Amino acid sequence: MDQPSPSSPIKLHHDLQAIWDTKPGWGRLSAVNHTVLGKRFIIAAFVFFAIGGVLAMLIRAQLATPRSAFVGPDIYNQLFTMHGTVMMFLFAIPMFEGFAIYLLPKMLGARDMAFPRLTAYGFWCYVFGGSILIAALLLGVAPDSGWFMYTPLSSSTYSPGINADIWLLGITFVEISALSAAIEITVSILKLRAPGMSIDRLPIMAWYLLVTALMMLFGFPPLILGSILLELERAFDLPFFDPVRGGDSLLWQHLFWLFGHPEVYIIFLPAAGAISMMIPTFARHPLVGYRAIIAAIIAVGFLSFGLWVHHMFAIGIPHLALAFFSAASGLVAIPTGLQIFAWIATLASGRPRFDVPMLYLAGFFVIFVIGGLTGVMLAMVPFNLQAHDTHFVVAHLHYVLVGGFVFPMLAAAYYWLPHITGRVSDHKLSVPAFWLIFGGFNMTFFLMHLTGLLGMPRRIASYPPEAKWEWLNLLSSVGSFLMAIGFALFVVDIILQVRFGKAFRRNPWGARSLEWATPTPPPAYAFASLPRVQSRADWLDPEDHAVKLAAGRGYLGFARYGWMETLGVGMIEGEPDQVIVLPKPTILPLWTGLATGAIVLCLLFKAYWLALLPLAITVTLLLSWTRTTGAQSDLGPLPIGHGQSAAVHWEAERPPSWWAMVFTLGADATFFASLLFGCVFLALIAPAWPPPVVVSPSYGLLALAALLMIAAAIYGRLALRDLARTRSPSAWLGLCALSHAGVCAVVAAVIASDIPDPTLHAHHATLFAILGYAFLHSGVGCILALYGVQRQRHGKLSALRSLDLRIGSLWHDYAAVAGVVALLAVVALCWSVGGRP
Amino acid sequence: MVLLLSACAGDLSALDAAGPNARNVANLWWIMVAGSAAIFVLVGAILCLSFTQPGRHWLSARWLIVGGGLVMPSAVIAALVATSFALGERLLVHAEQAPVRIEATARQWQWEFRYPGSDGALSFNELHIPAGRPVDFTVTSGDVIHSFWIPRLGGKIDAIPGHTNTIRLLAEKPGHYGGICAEFCGEGHAVMRFAVEAHEPQRFTEIVDPLNASGAGQQ
Ligand code: HEM
Ligand SMILES: [Cu+2]
Ligand SMILES: [Cu+2]
Repeated sequence: MDQPSPSSPIKLHHDLQAIWDTKPGWGRLSAVNHTVLGKRFIIAAFVFFAIGGVLAMLIRAQLATPRSAFVGPDIYNQLFTMHGTVMMFLFAIPMFEGFAIYLLPKMLGARDMAFPRLTAYGFWCYVFGGSILIAALLLGVAPDSGWFMYTPLSSSTYSPGINADIWLLGITFVEISALSAAIEITVSILKLRAPGMSIDRLPIMAWYLLVTALMMLFGFPPLILGSILLELERAFDLPFFDPVRGGDSLLWQHLFWLFGHPEVYIIFLPAAGAISMMIPTFARHPLVGYRAIIAAIIAVGFLSFGLWVHHMFAIGIPHLALAFFSAASGLVAIPTGLQIFAWIATLASGRPRFDVPMLYLAGFFVIFVIGGLTGVMLAMVPFNLQAHDTHFVVAHLHYVLVGGFVFPMLAAAYYWLPHITGRVSDHKLSVPAFWLIFGGFNMTFFLMHLTGLLGMPRRIASYPPEAKWEWLNLLSSVGSFLMAIGFALFVVDIILQVRFGKAFRRNPWGARSLEWATPTPPPAYAFASLPRVQSRADWLDPEDHAVKLAAGRGYLGFARYGWMETLGVGMIEGEPDQVIVLPKPTILPLWTGLATGAIVLCLLFKAYWLALLPLAITVTLLLSWTRTTGAQSDLGPLPIGHGQSAAVHWEAERPPSWWAMVFTLGADATFFASLLFGCVFLALIAPAWPPPVVVSPSYGLLALAALLMIAAAIYGRLALRDLARTRSPSAWLGLCALSHAGVCAVVAAVIASDIPDPTLHAHHATLFAILGYAFLHSGVGCILALYGVQRQRHGKLSALRSLDLRIGSLWHDYAAVAGVVALLAVVALCWSVGGRP
Repeated sequence: MVLLLSACAGDLSALDAAGPNARNVANLWWIMVAGSAAIFVLVGAILCLSFTQPGRHWLSARWLIVGGGLVMPSAVIAALVATSFALGERLLVHAEQAPVRIEATARQWQWEFRYPGSDGALSFNELHIPAGRPVDFTVTSGDVIHSFWIPRLGGKIDAIPGHTNTIRLLAEKPGHYGGICAEFCGEGHAVMRFAVEAHEPQRFTEIVDPLNASGAGQQ
């Protein structure tokens, strides 16, 4: 096959545009492009920030005076719960996802993210889930148990209404979006880069986002598990958290903070990545300590999973364990301090220049350093026991979150807005906006440290005048309104820039990274051709690249078959190993998101059987995404320019979707490990054990289930082997599906015969949950095997095009391993409470 | 600042210590404030210098990253962790006098206190303790999670259903202190306070006994 002949830059632009552009009008709903979706994420997240901000203003209005009669405790509890929830789940995480989705491909020299339709699906899940929460707020039935939803306050006995269900289901829905974004970001960074961009040449932002995304993959599953267990308790009375029946409210705290502490770094690291991109530009010097910073962020990633207990110092833990978690919490200040000094060192080594983004970064330095210092204070157990759950902590967490996320994001907004709009502003309002936000922030929260130490607990709707907190509170409230005015000015300034900013030709800040080598505003295809990178990708010459790339002198500088193409590279060395053909705009993600939303609504209104309908629709829609992918004949290597060629991704050894499955299974395994942790925790720590009735499992059935699980995995591999020998894999796939179905039947029989009443005691409920996990995995395995049969029928499989079966086989293997572990766990848990045969 | 600090006289202020536990923490706090202020000024000064005097050799990258990013935080944290561990140990110390044991049970939205020896002595939202003598509180909850906190005497401990936690506190002088629920526990969280009276030891015994007879306090 010949390489399409090069054309003029203008013609190339028109050809690519015709392929890549999102259609206008209703076509917008079918957008899958990262530039479009990145902007949508950012705008949606900003809208949620505004909502969270209004809630914050209401909170401050209430607290401004003692014995305030503005709202009662019922409303106030909804206000702060929703404020925290909106800010953490609907603002901070999606905002960084939006930045990542918009910027990453451009920084990496790719044309899009790895799974554009997944981006779109994630966006719809996020918007629908967020809307459910906001609708609840408007209807006055918003969650009201605090953003960490401690049980038993959030369980059905003490929160009988729909409020807590809205949190559990709505947030889990949004979490699906976050997890899909995490998988996509990971795979995009590892695979979708410009040729020559070896792992040690990644722009530093990519390292930050890679670690962040991996942390999400391992941090979110515990929360999702916790939410599912709590919802099971609320809906079906399975007593995971009920201390009377062998549950324990502390299990919720462990699962929540296993997620919750990494969450804080998940929010901070992307912002730190943005800082690490901006500082070198204004210092006019490459980032100092690139490798040290990478080591630091990896250290933060690991450490942050060992700190969760510092949110629980007051639950009564042995002194030595306290000391361990206290030291670990202090330790995390070291990699953080290292980054701060690396940024300072970059400035000190260069010829620093001041501009609006730097002004906001100065604000970041001041606020974040204070937040870090109070963080170290809180890590000290004796002090923590005084300050915990007071307004001191409220002050600390805002210093860290606003300092570590909002200020860097404001700087980033000023820095990258010219890229998005193609206009620069004359910065009239940005300076007073900064001083209002900065001054207002410190006035609000600096004083709050003292309010807390004077004994004011957090989350109280009113306080008596005798308490002597009124002046501090009044000043805090005044400060918060100044801050709100500052944010309003910021919005006006952004609108002015978008409307009236001056156009510029290229790279207004003199930045040295690849995103500035695209035209600005960027076309949907980002790069007319893809660069070869010869140096670290956060210190190269974007202007030089820009000219060559627009002329089509890089890789893939042509429009072929109407395909949307980008390059996949080897993870480490960064040499092209495949041509990735991205999917066309489609409305399917929207439909799938709507169907998923319908499941959530059915569960919210307790129409459990009805929920099966949208569930079936969702699965069908998800499978139908693949109708357009793959090919019915082998293509062989395709030219990619510069005399090189590479296989199309579905003929490649390790395409992005294969890696996506690997990371999905990683997250899944974390989920399973959390579940096992929970079961062991309850059996060892919870009150009201041993159970009144001990389960004696049907060993015969369990052994049969284990055999069938292993058989399914072997059949999956045999199918693959036959496909490689150009024989039809369908028969093996059929057997694989049958074995999975058999597992489901046997496991269901075990549940029916051995655990007739899972509400009896946590012992029964945990066994039920573990078996349910195995059941679901075989159910999905069955669908995947049948899907393979379908692909074979459509002629999409061959020895070279075996991707679908290889992905399926990964699943069957995992289901067998996890399934056998699950069955062994069931036996062990029964034995541990005396249920020996 | 002076004006603000004079506000510390409130009966819920953790900085207005009335017992060794709270005093240690208040001292730790002031030490940490001073240290933090020093670190803050130092970092701020280096940041300003990096802007105004870039390229100076005493601002070399290696020095900044190793000195500022590794050595300084490590030293500070090591010192702090050791101090607070020692403090924590001290809070655990076994007093010369045998401690008094009082059971505190939290319920939405009320505190119930049960006194030693005289079985059945109860009070609600009103806690009587002897001054100058350590008291071991065994804290639990009858419904959701609450947290037992007398800021002027010392740190807090959670009241968790199904678990019993212990905290030892000591009031040095007779007097009136405030207590409050620190863990969010629903609509009555803000009003879930209790009054603490520390009495001379003999007076304490007198108080606890009639309580036994009449079941004083509200309810
Ligand atoms: C914009 C200005 C903001 C103001 C004035 C503000 C104010 C407050 C106040 C007064 C509380 C304490 C409520 C209480 O305990 O009674 C609070 C809680 C909280 N805020 Fe903010 N906040 C702001 C921004 C943010 C941002 C940007 C984030 C996160 C990125 C955030 C996250 C939280 C969280 C997680 C809580 C805890 C909620 C809970 O206790 O359940 N806030 N905020
Ligand atoms: Cu309470
Ligand atoms: Cu409370």
